[in-house]
Amino acid sequence: MDNLKEHVVTLLKLNKRLDGRKLLEYRKPIKIERGFTKTAEGSAWVRIGETEVMVGVKMDVGEPYPDKPDEGTIIVGAELLPLSNPNFEAGPPGIQAIELARVVDRGIRESKCIDFKKLCIKKGEKVWLIMLDVITLNDAGNLFDAAALGAVAALQDTVFPKYEGDKIDYKTKTNKKLELNDSPVSVTVCKIGDSFIVDPTIEEEKVLDTRLTVATKSDGTLCALQKGGSSAVTEEDIMKMIDIALEKGKELRGVLNG
Amino acid sequence: MYEKRLDGRDFDEVRKMEAKVGVIKRADGSAYFKFGNTWAYAAVYGPRNLYPKFLQDPSRGILRCNYNMMPFSSSGERVRPGGSRRSKEISLVTTNALLPVLDLDEFPNSVVDVFIELPQTEAGSRCAGINAAAMALADAGLAMKDLVSAVSVGRVGDKLLVDLDYSEEAYEEGPVADIPIAIMPSSGKITLLQMDGLLPKEDLKTLIGMARKACRRIYNLQKTALKEKYKSGE
Repeated sequence: MDNLKEHVVTLLKLNKRLDGRKLLEYRKPIKIERGFTKTAEGSAWVRIGETEVMVGVKMDVGEPYPDKPDEGTIIVGAELLPLSNPNFEAGPPGIQAIELARVVDRGIRESKCIDFKKLCIKKGEKVWLIMLDVITLNDAGNLFDAAALGAVAALQDTVFPKYEGDKIDYKTKTNKKLELNDSPVSVTVCKIGDSFIVDPTIEEEKVLDTRLTVATKSDGTLCALQKGGSSAVTEEDIMKMIDIALEKGKELRGVLNG
Repeated sequence: MYEKRLDGRDFDEVRKMEAKVGVIKRADGSAYFKFGNTWAYAAVYGPRNLYPKFLQDPSRGILRCNYNMMPFSSSGERVRPGGSRRSKEISLVTTNALLPVLDLDEFPNSVVDVFIELPQTEAGSRCAGINAAAMALADAGLAMKDLVSAVSVGRVGDKLLVDLDYSEEAYEEGPVADIPIAIMPSSGKITLLQMDGLLPKEDLKTLIGMARKACRRIYNLQKTALKEKYKSGE
């Protein structure tokens, strides 16, 4: 482990990475396949290099929260499938999966890209619930960015099922799309030694000192931040990481809306 | 009377199938198998150490299959993650369907994990899962006596047919019997047999015959997919 870290740090000082990429370069290709599963109301299959994540949306109807009687909501789940990584174990979501789900959730929720008031069916009684699930298929690093990208793409793909007489008819999809008024993207910047990189591989994730996931709106406004890793960083580093995230975010947004 | 299948298939015709090996890069072996809109992905990890320790068998390795529907894989409501009684039972019968072709005596105290995941389903998912898992085990390089091929057969109204789809399982105007069967293609032995519904005994014999024919085609597809991976030199 220490050897791996030494090796990675030495390479980074020479502006090199294990897989030959530049420091601020995503793996290629970045691919988004929307509507891959017919059973979901919206879906997206994201590939960043060999990392593959599936995201699906099922729409449900339920009661609103008492403090927001005229608003629907989104519920984000994430499962780190043991099929996707030899170190993931079966069972209820662990802390890694919970963090992933919550970071994806905040990136979407705080960007205000969904108008929850439009999800109201009957005030105080019935609202639409967006059940979004992130599933890992192959974990080759950087699940955060892949999951966030897939989540927004799946929401863009979502149509409402037919709703009649207090019942959802999942077999009949309407042509009413879920409206999104922005496309937030997340970029995770990692600091290893004194270097900054994006889109870490599994090996790089093992040795990183700090990561910062930055969710931004199309206009460059920040909408969510999450620092990870157990090292302390300076304010200067944080600002630098945000600048990188803003720059790389444009690239991801291009893939998302392109 | 069920005179014609809704999707226009012949009574002994399987839905459009697709199979591919080596689809999950991190796994030791992997494959997908599709019956129409029913997709199963399988990944194999192991033989590897088994924990907790009390599960270990000092005389041989164990096989552990886990069947799981993704939350968005049902045509109805969201499937709650974490497994149900149904998924646990399917995991068990899947393990039993695959175990007869494996020889795990060489791997005491170890486990071979098989994870079966379904991104979308429309009936026949346990059979798709077994077909994918059998290919993934072969891809992982485990010694196998034979492959395993599975299909569901059944009776809808007064018709006997192969590979029931969702609407046929839910047929309301007459008796329905649904019978998933897994066969070892070389020996012809049966490793999975379940049924729910009503069926005269004579029909079962006919249906097993129909399953054998369908499994022959599935077996050929599985073999082709396995060869394909190594042909392309991966």
